[in-house]
Amino acid sequence: MNSPIDMSEEIIKNIIVKEDDDYIVNMGPQHPSTHGVLRLEVCLNGETVKYMVPHIGYIHRAIEKMSESDTYKQIIHLTDRMDYLSAHMNNEAICLAVENALEIEVPERVKYIRVALDELSRVASHHLWWSAFGMDLGALTTFFYGMRDREKILAIFEESFGSRLLHSFVTPGGLMHDVHPNFQKHIMEFVRYFRKKLPEYKQLLTDNVIFHNRTKGIGYMSRETAIAFGVTGPSGRGSGFSCDVRKTAPYGLYNEINFKEILHDEGDSFTRYLVRMEEMEESLNILEQVADNIPEGDFTAKMKPIVKLPEGEYYQRVETARGELGVYIVSDGKKFPYRVKFRSPNFSNLFVLNTLAMEHLIADLVTISGSLDLVIPDIDR
Amino acid sequence: MILDIYSFSTLTTYIDKSLHAIMAPWLAVAAELVLIGLLFLAFYALLGLFLVYLERKVCAVMQNRIGPNRVGKWGIFQTVADFIKLVTKELIPIKNADNFLFNLAPFIVIIASFMAMAALPFAKGLQAIDFNIGIFYIIAVSSLGIVGVLIAGWSSNSKYSLIGAMRSGAQIVSYELSVGLSLLAVVVFSGSMQLSTIVESQANGWWIFKGHIPALIAFVIYLIASTAEINRGPFDLAEAESELTAGFHTEYSGIKFAFFFLAEYINMFIVAAIAATLFFGGWMPLHIGHWEAFNRVMDFIPSIIWFFGKTFFIIYLIMWFKWTFPRLRIDQLLKLEWKYLLPLSLLNIVLISFVVLMGWYF
Amino acid sequence: MNSIIEYFTDIYKGVRSLWAGMRVTGKYFVSPGEIVTEQYPENRATLKMEERFKGEVIMPHDENNQHRCTGCGICEVNCPNGSIEIITKRTPNEEGKMVRVIDKHIYHLAMCTFCELCIKTCPSNALAWGQDFEHAVFDRSKLNKVLNKPGSSLKKKEVKS
Repeated sequence: MNSPIDMSEEIIKNIIVKEDDDYIVNMGPQHPSTHGVLRLEVCLNGETVKYMVPHIGYIHRAIEKMSESDTYKQIIHLTDRMDYLSAHMNNEAICLAVENALEIEVPERVKYIRVALDELSRVASHHLWWSAFGMDLGALTTFFYGMRDREKILAIFEESFGSRLLHSFVTPGGLMHDVHPNFQKHIMEFVRYFRKKLPEYKQLLTDNVIFHNRTKGIGYMSRETAIAFGVTGPSGRGSGFSCDVRKTAPYGLYNEINFKEILHDEGDSFTRYLVRMEEMEESLNILEQVADNIPEGDFTAKMKPIVKLPEGEYYQRVETARGELGVYIVSDGKKFPYRVKFRSPNFSNLFVLNTLAMEHLIADLVTISGSLDLVIPDIDR
Repeated sequence: MILDIYSFSTLTTYIDKSLHAIMAPWLAVAAELVLIGLLFLAFYALLGLFLVYLERKVCAVMQNRIGPNRVGKWGIFQTVADFIKLVTKELIPIKNADNFLFNLAPFIVIIASFMAMAALPFAKGLQAIDFNIGIFYIIAVSSLGIVGVLIAGWSSNSKYSLIGAMRSGAQIVSYELSVGLSLLAVVVFSGSMQLSTIVESQANGWWIFKGHIPALIAFVIYLIASTAEINRGPFDLAEAESELTAGFHTEYSGIKFAFFFLAEYINMFIVAAIAATLFFGGWMPLHIGHWEAFNRVMDFIPSIIWFFGKTFFIIYLIMWFKWTFPRLRIDQLLKLEWKYLLPLSLLNIVLISFVVLMGWYF
Repeated sequence: MNSIIEYFTDIYKGVRSLWAGMRVTGKYFVSPGEIVTEQYPENRATLKMEERFKGEVIMPHDENNQHRCTGCGICEVNCPNGSIEIITKRTPNEEGKMVRVIDKHIYHLAMCTFCELCIKTCPSNALAWGQDFEHAVFDRSKLNKVLNKPGSSLKKKEVKS
């Protein structure tokens, strides 16, 4: 473990010095590779990136402030809209915080279903990332293959929750309602289907020589940088930073499930790519363990109609598809929270971009931001 | 045996004769020029529209989609509708742009591709001008288009455009070499730069078969280098969508954008047509040595079908590349040329000269 | 010499990996049966949404034009976006007593985030999900819907047996 001084040096050496005659190119707010309304103020020297300043806040919706006037059940639907690709994990963060505060034990069935949903969302999210990453690099066909396979997961979601993306399905104490009877069958069908399609992903992108040249050694992030900037999730694990909340602070069923944390040390864009690809396979393994064993039982614990947390502060973290999501709730004993704060993974992941992209070409900046897998609504909240 | 194929020269000489019969010689020549110009214009527009449609269909099927299917049966009029939309769109004036150059650039691009088409032999006897330095001429005029791209990037007062144009410049300057050297392979084999002579020389088999290994190497190098030269994926750095939004034509709109768009597709056709002419025998049917019966059967297929069949096969190959591979980075692009393609094509020239000297080809 | 061998193995490996990618797209090119596109307006007749599909909030009415909404306002309180407005009126019932009944159950579809809290919390199960998803209109005011049909009345509580 490095001393904290090393980490601050990491940051200090990347302090940006602006000059008057800098050649500034604004990438965004509308730009194909920023995946949303993110503005990158890029200073170029020829094609080389001198420095890069991210400007955020284009879709700030004051989710934290709005949460202060919503009951705990109502906050759920707001968290959907942060990282819309891991909507389920975001819901779960709030729910776990409330359940821990009230010391409610959710039924076993709920735990299994929640894990299955977590992993399905993770695979779906990585599908979209894979599609978009290929597109960032100019391989347009990957987009459609990724979307095609993601569609199967969304069909499972639609069948059980009625919505495909923003399914506020988890409530404090359990689930909104029980999953569809075909839920387990369709998960197993998807696992079989996707295992067949994975070699295609490998042939199309993972093994491709152009792809190797574009990603290997690009955007090196050391373990120290990752820790200093708080980069979590697959991006952090690509640098050897063991930060999987499912392992370090297990919640739900994760301490009973047999899975391994994907950890690589190389820290470049290709490693971050590999971590996500292997995570997809690992998620399939988890799904296989869970889907067959969902026990019968209630889909929700007994809850009072109005949830009131006892006075105090509560913190709960979960692993979303992009890293560690922390929920910090201050309660004054009323039915509305006094303050809610989200520690969103993408916010930290974004600000390491400058460090990684410095002295790289502009094409590499796109590669790196793609490999960090940013979701802009999560940054702005 | 070649004599059996219908030659378009009977038609063209008939038109020539009848024109001369009714008007003065200089007027007849002028009329012919206008006629050819109009024919090429119509062909150019139709071909551009068709290639856009073809590309959209090909990529759609590769990506498990249907592709355009709304306008007309199988969406065949989709590109016509798109074209009408582009024509009726407003031409947005750019603040602080160099207006003269900004308006000139699309014309330079389109004229360059137009000129190259003049020397292509579309079928037996169907060729506008048969230069004795045909290949040389085509290489020369097809690289003129880059001037338009550079002017477009420079004059549109946009940083994205400028970066795109500079990339494009670097790209063309390097890949022009490999294109020239790989075409030289066929020139060495056939001993001529005249396109009609080259086609005639393949009467007993195409160069890709007759020239075996060196011709194959030259063909592969030509395919890669020319794909780079026409700024198509995976070498589309000049308009790299995810990096530079649209590269050199970011600021263009309406018909001026359509010109760039059309020229890109026509360039693809020209590149494929050259490859078909030089390596696959152009309009020459598939002839194998002295298999007279086989050759005679092949001759029944009109020469124009042979030419377009081969060309579209190569166009399909180019599309296949584009829709499979990720884009290269600018330094890798240059590395590929200077480190791999150029040495290989130089070696190949030596190999070909040796093969030709020893007479080791069919 | 080693570097020359490396040079050529690099080329070979590169070309092989590219060919592997081209095989994938080539395979799909020759198998049009893999096309996954759904042609939407044409497949309207066969397009069935899932039973639980969240299209819009509706209030089911039975054949006597009766619904189950008592106008208690719990859905209005629970809605996080204020997409539900309940207007009640006082009318005399059969015994001549003035009772509060629902006049208009206004649902602003444009503001709804489909969180399901209204349906979940309704004590008399008066609300449900509708499967209609074609909500595009030219005027935003058309998305403000009145859920109880005109002339409808409260269904009598079934006597539990």
